[in-house]
Amino acid sequence: MTPLLSVRNLSTRFRTERGMVRAVDNVSFDVAAGETLAIVGESGSGKSVTALSILRLIPDPPGRIEAGEILFDGKDLLKLDDAGIRAIRGDRIAMIFQEPMSSLNPALTVGLQVGEPINLHRKTVWAKALDKAAELLGKVRIPDGRSRLNSYPHQYSGGMRQRVMIAMALACQPRLIIADEPTTALDVTVQAQILALLKELTREANSAMILITHDLGVVARYADRVAVMYGGRIVETAPARQLYKTPRHPYTRGLMASVPRLDGDTDRPLVPIEGQPPDLASLPPGCPFAPRCKEATERCRIERPPLFESGPNHFSACFYHERLAA
Amino acid sequence: MNASRPDPVLTVADLKVHFPITTGIIAKRVVGTVKAVDGVSFSVRRGETLGLVGESGCGKSTTGLAVLRMLDITSGTVEFEGEDISGYDRARMRPIRAKMQMVYQDPYGSLNPRMKVADIVGEPLVVHGLASDRDKYRARVAALLKMVGLLPDMAERYPHEFSGGQRQRIGIARALALEPTLLICDEPVSALDVSIQAQVVNLFMELQERLGLTYIFIAHDLSVVRHISDRIAVMYLGRIVEIATRDQLYKDPLHPYTQALLAAVPIADPEIEAQRGQQIISGEIPSALRPPPGCRFHTRCPKAMEVCKSVDPPMRDLPDGRAVACHLHS
Repeated sequence: MTPLLSVRNLSTRFRTERGMVRAVDNVSFDVAAGETLAIVGESGSGKSVTALSILRLIPDPPGRIEAGEILFDGKDLLKLDDAGIRAIRGDRIAMIFQEPMSSLNPALTVGLQVGEPINLHRKTVWAKALDKAAELLGKVRIPDGRSRLNSYPHQYSGGMRQRVMIAMALACQPRLIIADEPTTALDVTVQAQILALLKELTREANSAMILITHDLGVVARYADRVAVMYGGRIVETAPARQLYKTPRHPYTRGLMASVPRLDGDTDRPLVPIEGQPPDLASLPPGCPFAPRCKEATERCRIERPPLFESGPNHFSACFYHERLAA
Repeated sequence: MNASRPDPVLTVADLKVHFPITTGIIAKRVVGTVKAVDGVSFSVRRGETLGLVGESGCGKSTTGLAVLRMLDITSGTVEFEGEDISGYDRARMRPIRAKMQMVYQDPYGSLNPRMKVADIVGEPLVVHGLASDRDKYRARVAALLKMVGLLPDMAERYPHEFSGGQRQRIGIARALALEPTLLICDEPVSALDVSIQAQVVNLFMELQERLGLTYIFIAHDLSVVRHISDRIAVMYLGRIVEIATRDQLYKDPLHPYTQALLAAVPIADPEIEAQRGQQIISGEIPSALRPPPGCRFHTRCPKAMEVCKSVDPPMRDLPDGRAVACHLHS
C-alpha cells in the first residue's frame, strides 16, 4: 500500500548571522493513512522545521527548502504553485500549533475563523459554514457552541482556544493533521483532555497525524510509530512499542535513561546525557551525536552513519546499532 | 533523606496572599480580590525537599515568593528557624534573606546580560559586605563555580556565552554564595531541554547531600518532583489539598485532584500506557477571582457529593502522617 505522505531526502536550510545552517538534513519518512507518527526531539533538532516544510510554511528568506520530495496522494507538494499548495493547506492537510493565541486572529470571532476553511475550500455559503462551525465546536466539546461563535479568542481559556484550533483543523476532514507541540503550553490535566480528544477525533475521521513533541510520555500514550530527530536528522525510527523496548540508537537510549518517570526507581540516580545539544552552525562531519556519545569511536567522528535496518520497520543511524541490541 | 529529623527550618501557618483588583485611574476602587494563596500551612524539615506541585494559577509560585517576603503577606505567619518573620520590614529581612535564596525558572531572564559571571555569582557577597578581601572574594567565587560544575576560567565570560543548563548552574552558584539554609527553586528545570534536565536535577541532589541544604522545589512536572522530593504538597486554587510523603502520594493518592493529576501524566512506556485506565477529568481551573463555594475542586471532581458544593473541607491530619482536605477522608 502506498503511504499517504512520503517525505524523501528533505533538506531545509536557513541563512543566519553565523552562516548557512541546515535545520533539516536529508530526512525521509512515511505516514500511512490513519496512523499517528510522533516526531520527537529537543529544541533545534529540526522537528518543527520538518513539519513546516511539509506545508511549505518556511519563511523565505531566510529559510529555503533545498532538496527533496514531499509526496502526498501521489503529488509532490514541493512542485505545486502557490495556489496549488494553498488548496491543500487547511483542506487535505491541516496544522495545529503550540500557541493558539498567536495562531488565532484576535480581531475576528471564533465563528468566522472556524468557518473560514469551510467557506474557502468547500465554497459553502457563510450561513451554512457557520452552522458547520457550531457543529464542530460541539465536536471538540465546547459547550453551547452556537452562542460561542460570536466570542473572540481572548474570551476563551487556553484549553478552549486549543479546542478551537482543533475544530478549525478538522473543518474540512483532512487526511493528515500536523500537530506541533499542541499541548506544551497547557496544564497537565488539560493537556490530557486535548490529546485524548485529538486522538479520538482523528481516529473517528480516519485522519493520519504527525505529532511533534519533546515528551516521551506523550509519545508512548498516543503514537503508533516514532521518529527520533537529533541535529536535523532522523537518528532512529521504529514502531512505538519496539522503540521503547529495544532502542537502537545511543541518543534514544540516553533520553530514556535521563528522563524521570512516574513509575521510575527513585533510588537510582538519573543518567544525564553529558554535554550540550548540537550547534547546527558547526556540526561535526560525522554523527551529530558523537561528541556526547559514550559509544562513539573514531569512525563516528569522521563518517556520517546512514540509517541501518535494525529490525522489522526499525532503523537506526548508528554504526553500532547491532551492539546496542542487548 | 532526613525525614527522621523533625527540626523544622520553615513553618508556614494559614498563609494568605490576596491581590486587590482595582479600577479607576485617580480614585482607585477595589472591585475584587484574587485570593492567590488562601490559607496554606506546611513545614519543611532540615535537609529535606518539599515538592510543591499544581497547575498554573494554583498559587505555588506565590507561596514561594511570600515565604521569601518578596510579596506582602495578607495574613498568617512564616517562621524561619524559629523566628516569626511575617512582620519584618526590608532592613530586618536582609540578614534572613542571606539564609533563604531563590533559584528561578528562566536562566535567560534572571541573569544580568551586562555582568560577567564572576560578578553575578559574587554580587550577593558584595551586597552583604563580604567582599572586602579581594583574594578571599575571588577564591570564594571560584569555589562556587567549581561547586556547580563550571570551570574557573568561565568567570570572566558573559551569560550569553553559556547554554541554558550552564546558565541555570550560574543561577544556582549565585544562590549558594551566602551559604543559605533554604533554597526555594521555582520551576528550575522546566525551561531546559530534556537531555539537560537530568544534569541539573542531579546537581541539586548532590549539593543537598554535600551542603545539607533544605529545598522547596516548585514544579508542575510530577515525574521530576517525585524524583527529587521527600514530601510533596499538592495545591489547587490557592490551597493545599494534600500533603504526604513521596511514596504515600504517588502509590496511594487520597485526594481526587491528586489522583486526577497523576492519571493525566503519561508514562514513557507504550505497553504500560495501553493498560492504564485513563480517567481524565473534565473542565479547567476556575478563576481565582471567584473560586467555587464549598470544596474548590468540586466543579471538576468525579467523586463530588452534595456536601462538597457548600462545605469547604478542612485540612485533616491522618494517622499515617499525611494530611488531606476532602470530605471523603473526614
